[in-house]
Amino acid sequence: MIVADRKPLDEIVNMLKPYENVLVLGCGACVSVCLSGGEKQARELAMQLNLRASNEGPGFHADFDCITRQCDREFTENLEKDPANFDAVLSIACGVGVGFMSELYPETPVLPGLNTTFYGANTAPGTWEEYCHGCGDCVLAWTGGICPIARCSKSLINGTCGGTHDGKCEVRDDLDCAWYMIYERLKQLGRLDEYRKMREPRDWGENRSGGPRRLTHEEVMELEEEVSNV
Amino acid sequence: MSEPVSNFQKATEKGDFVITAEIGPPKGTNIRPVIDEAEEYLKNGKVSAVNVTDIQTAVMRSSSMVGCKLLIDSGIEPVLQMVTRDRNRLALMSDLLSAYILGVRNVLALTGDHITMGDHPGAKAVYDLDSVGLLQAIGRLEDGTDMGVDFKGRPNKLDGKPEFFKGCCVTPCADCPEPQVIKLAKKVEAGAQFCQTQAVYDASAFENFISMVGDIDIPILAGIVVLKSAGMAKYMNGNVPGVQVPDSIVKTLSDAPKEDRQKKTVEITAKLIRDLKPLCSGVHLMTLGWDHLVPDIIEEAGL
Ligand code: SF4
Repeated sequence: MIVADRKPLDEIVNMLKPYENVLVLGCGACVSVCLSGGEKQARELAMQLNLRASNEGPGFHADFDCITRQCDREFTENLEKDPANFDAVLSIACGVGVGFMSELYPETPVLPGLNTTFYGANTAPGTWEEYCHGCGDCVLAWTGGICPIARCSKSLINGTCGGTHDGKCEVRDDLDCAWYMIYERLKQLGRLDEYRKMREPRDWGENRSGGPRRLTHEEVMELEEEVSNV
Repeated sequence: MSEPVSNFQKATEKGDFVITAEIGPPKGTNIRPVIDEAEEYLKNGKVSAVNVTDIQTAVMRSSSMVGCKLLIDSGIEPVLQMVTRDRNRLALMSDLLSAYILGVRNVLALTGDHITMGDHPGAKAVYDLDSVGLLQAIGRLEDGTDMGVDFKGRPNKLDGKPEFFKGCCVTPCADCPEPQVIKLAKKVEAGAQFCQTQAVYDASAFENFISMVGDIDIPILAGIVVLKSAGMAKYMNGNVPGVQVPDSIVKTLSDAPKEDRQKKTVEITAKLIRDLKPLCSGVHLMTLGWDHLVPDIIEEAGL
């Protein structure tokens, strides 16, 4: 899932300075699972902002709402409050939600309350770690399910660098070396031959180097068209 | 076998015990002292080539290429170090062509220390290629093409192609050597013709590594970072992965009175060279500015 982290309150307050009537909009998807942007966090953030405002002078008011997903048009029907009635929306969805809401409400500024960080898994209570980079050309078949693009600090594809030590990465001692993990896992699977194989330089065009990416499912497009023609 | 492209390659092919040294370009424009020192202490017929580091430890400084060019002008054969951290394949290949034009014939392909270890931790890391990919890129250039294709899908042709003596690095005394050895084999498959290792201080650990290397048949030069003090040795033990300075060496350094330190450094390095000599094709001396000790080290080691 997409993991995101709340921006510092000061930064948010600064961002909201030009506005008086603000809607804090939560998202019930990924960011609510990583406890950054769900309904509870939207309510709490609105409260914090109102408290801060009441200390700094009158005029400001924050309300809150939350929908199932901010990255899908259909869920906006469930909005209890109309974003158009506010001076600004503070979205605490990931960047996708912020961007998509901005498109849906072109007259209303939609501002980000979170920093969107990575695609990760919940590895321990209160901890999320990066597992995937969304590189567009998955290599997990030959790396024992451990992603070197996301989890090796240098995104190496041919094996460990010289910085690995005691299974840790040269970047930080609390960071596992991805290539050490890959080596151990492939050994366990009896597949060290995969480590030995030469990997050709990657085509980063599938990543971001080819410009923004798009996914289209033709069959879904056709189906939608048929339905709308009926 | 094709003709050697450099004196360094020639020396390794002759089976000489080869010595290479290393200089680091300065942070700033004042490069003359580094070159003058190299000329004074490293140009003595025993040192086959001098590496010029490429933004070493991710600390911003002037380039390896300019250091190489000035060494050539001074009659010293350089080894262009190249890391994949800071440049994508376009910039790397362009620099390889440029270096060849300037007369550089030896290249050492490295991944490079991570940006977080240097003095610009907010910079964007590149790593378009890894060290294996860089060796593959050099191979393509030598074949007269680059890594791209024209509109018909054919490799782009070069107008004039380079030829290099291509090297790689390995960490021989890593706590888990097998993945290092496998990667070294891949580097050789990708075209590496020589190897200069990460620092070695323990001949028996190095022997263990050499026994694992088996049929990887390229000259391996054991790397030695010249130890300036006990503090430096301890720092390396705590902070440089795969480097273990034995306690006996640390003790020799810490027991030495200040005025004897450099003498001790020479003795320690020379002894290490003598111990490593039967196990490898040469040594790569990383002096970190103490080039002036190199002639004494060579003499004391009996080379
Ligand atoms: S130590 Fe491991 S994870 Fe870190 S950069 Fe090197 S290979 Fe990648």
